[in-house]
Amino acid sequence: MSNPITSIKLVLLGEAAVGKSSIVLRFVSNDFSENKEPTIGAAFLTQRVNINNNTIKFEIWDTAGQERFASLAPMYYRNAQAALVVYDITKPQSFIKARHWVKELHEQASKDIIIALVGNKVDIIENDESERKVAREEGERLAEEEGLIFFETSAKTAENVNDVFLNIGEKIPLKNDNSSPNDTTITEDQRINLAASANATSEASSCSC
Amino acid sequence: MADETMDTDYDVIVLGTGITECILSGLLSVDGKKVLHIDKQDHYGGESASITLSQLYSKFKQNPISKDERESKFGKDRDWNVDLIPKFLMANGELTNILIHTDVTRYVDFKQVSGSYVFKQGKIYKVPANEYEAISSPLMGIFEKRRMKKFLEWISSYKEEELQTHLGLDLDKNTMDEVYYKFGLGNSTKEFIGHSMALWTNDDYLQQPARPSFERILLYCQSVARYGKSPYLYPLYGLGELPQGFARLSAIYGGTYMLDTPVEEVLYSENDETNGKFEGVKTKLGTFKAPLVIADPTYFPKKCKSTGQRVIRAICVLNHPVPNTSNADSLQIIIPQSQVDRKNDIYIAVVSDAHNVCSKGHYLAIISTIVETDKPHIELEPAFKLLGPIEEKFMGIAELFEPKEDGSKDNIFLSRSYDASSHFESMTDDVEDIYLRVTGHPLVLKKREDKEQQP
Repeated sequence: MSNPITSIKLVLLGEAAVGKSSIVLRFVSNDFSENKEPTIGAAFLTQRVNINNNTIKFEIWDTAGQERFASLAPMYYRNAQAALVVYDITKPQSFIKARHWVKELHEQASKDIIIALVGNKVDIIENDESERKVAREEGERLAEEEGLIFFETSAKTAENVNDVFLNIGEKIPLKNDNSSPNDTTITEDQRINLAASANATSEASSCSC
Repeated sequence: MADETMDTDYDVIVLGTGITECILSGLLSVDGKKVLHIDKQDHYGGESASITLSQLYSKFKQNPISKDERESKFGKDRDWNVDLIPKFLMANGELTNILIHTDVTRYVDFKQVSGSYVFKQGKIYKVPANEYEAISSPLMGIFEKRRMKKFLEWISSYKEEELQTHLGLDLDKNTMDEVYYKFGLGNSTKEFIGHSMALWTNDDYLQQPARPSFERILLYCQSVARYGKSPYLYPLYGLGELPQGFARLSAIYGGTYMLDTPVEEVLYSENDETNGKFEGVKTKLGTFKAPLVIADPTYFPKKCKSTGQRVIRAICVLNHPVPNTSNADSLQIIIPQSQVDRKNDIYIAVVSDAHNVCSKGHYLAIISTIVETDKPHIELEPAFKLLGPIEEKFMGIAELFEPKEDGSKDNIFLSRSYDASSHFESMTDDVEDIYLRVTGHPLVLKKREDKEQQP
């Protein structure tokens, strides 16, 4: 009880090739790979962080490339407690797309969702500021208007990547904060864990033979 | 988007994102096939989508009510996820197996359906699902209960290889009627076994070999045994989550998705639609090629034929639980055909805000049956009467289609329309049949490799 784990579903949104998967790879494995192929196979990554003696387990959902032809399913962001909306600071089009996702999340996702707006690829402008096509102030303004966390990051150099997740973690209401057994916990209990019961039956049958 | 590089050659093209197509797309991607999955509509699910109230109004009503009126009566539109085709999952059925083995359970949450009811002489009764419930059920007299108990014991202890458990019955030779006779079961017991447990929609099964009925009853009993209250499961946010979940599976294994992309032209070898083989499709995003295509009937109307059956479905919005169901948040009611002088049963599937399919305090009851007369809406009257006051009603009739050919000639593999049955077993039969025809080997479910990365 002393160190309860709060699991949160975090989804990634943003135009293709802005570095969504790279940010997660940096956060989860402290790794980066140049010329990363579009996401295949990595469905669901988890990473735990400790914040003020509480453990937060991020369940990070990748888009699996479904955003490429505007085919991301609402199911993807439906239950998310947090979202990273990522754009590429060298691609103005990706910032327009980010605005669209913020609007979509406010309309469709849970109303308590914590959204972080992330301008990625700051490493590109390190030596040549003229590569920047989305001003820092534009990002800041959108974040202020919509109540978002805002960071400019580089998945390549790791700049600010952990800070994004730690900031989200600090805003998450913790399990032990609402210790009263209210109705939300009851509905959780009524859900059926299909996979768990399947394992249980297969174990039982393997015992009997 | 124009500068984006896009592959033009695939192993399989799938058209339509109904649940049948999405499961196949997912399974084939997991097998390593390169899948391109296209839908002409801008959302997932086709006929198996769950849609909002405003979408329901524009689909079914000539004069939709104003946004203000709708919101004052029914709350926020986004709270509504209304199934177009009502079905439940059997807890021990094949769809559940597929969900577990593909790990799509990670993306979809399920709840148990609270009860299964059957209509008899104007009233509804809970369907007894095991020996113990049968004993306390008011559906049968005391002697009939003992006979029913013996019958259910036979079902649960039957073992193919142990002849003494067969009690002299041969599942492949004896008809189901002969099995009933052996246990001395009366007409009303036969009716609820055949219709509420075996879930046959008419009485044709009585004169057929008993095995399929035996298997259906066993599936029912095992499904109830799995979680208790009823044999059925239902996904939170509606059935439309299922195609989305399988589409995600497909995408994770490399499947490419294009919604809102109508097929402008289908390409055939020798440009011959009648005798040529499938070669590819032309769309606004380009021309894509594959040696075979899987599609729902709407993409190849000329290659489908009517089954001769039409299903009427009525989506009813209630602001109260269904009377006489102990305020159950979800249930099924079966009205057996003989009770209302019909050939086919009427089904009612009820779900509520407990499943995140409607706003708080509301219930959705979807009635369906196979049309038998030229006044189909009147055929549903006995069902409407069971529901109490109905706030809003959306009715539609769907003709059921099936492919004319098996795809071996033209490499076009078509799914069947979703039928009137109350569960997904016939749908998964179709999935497995198409899978066999497409790959040449039967579907063997393997546990999906765990890609979760623990630090």
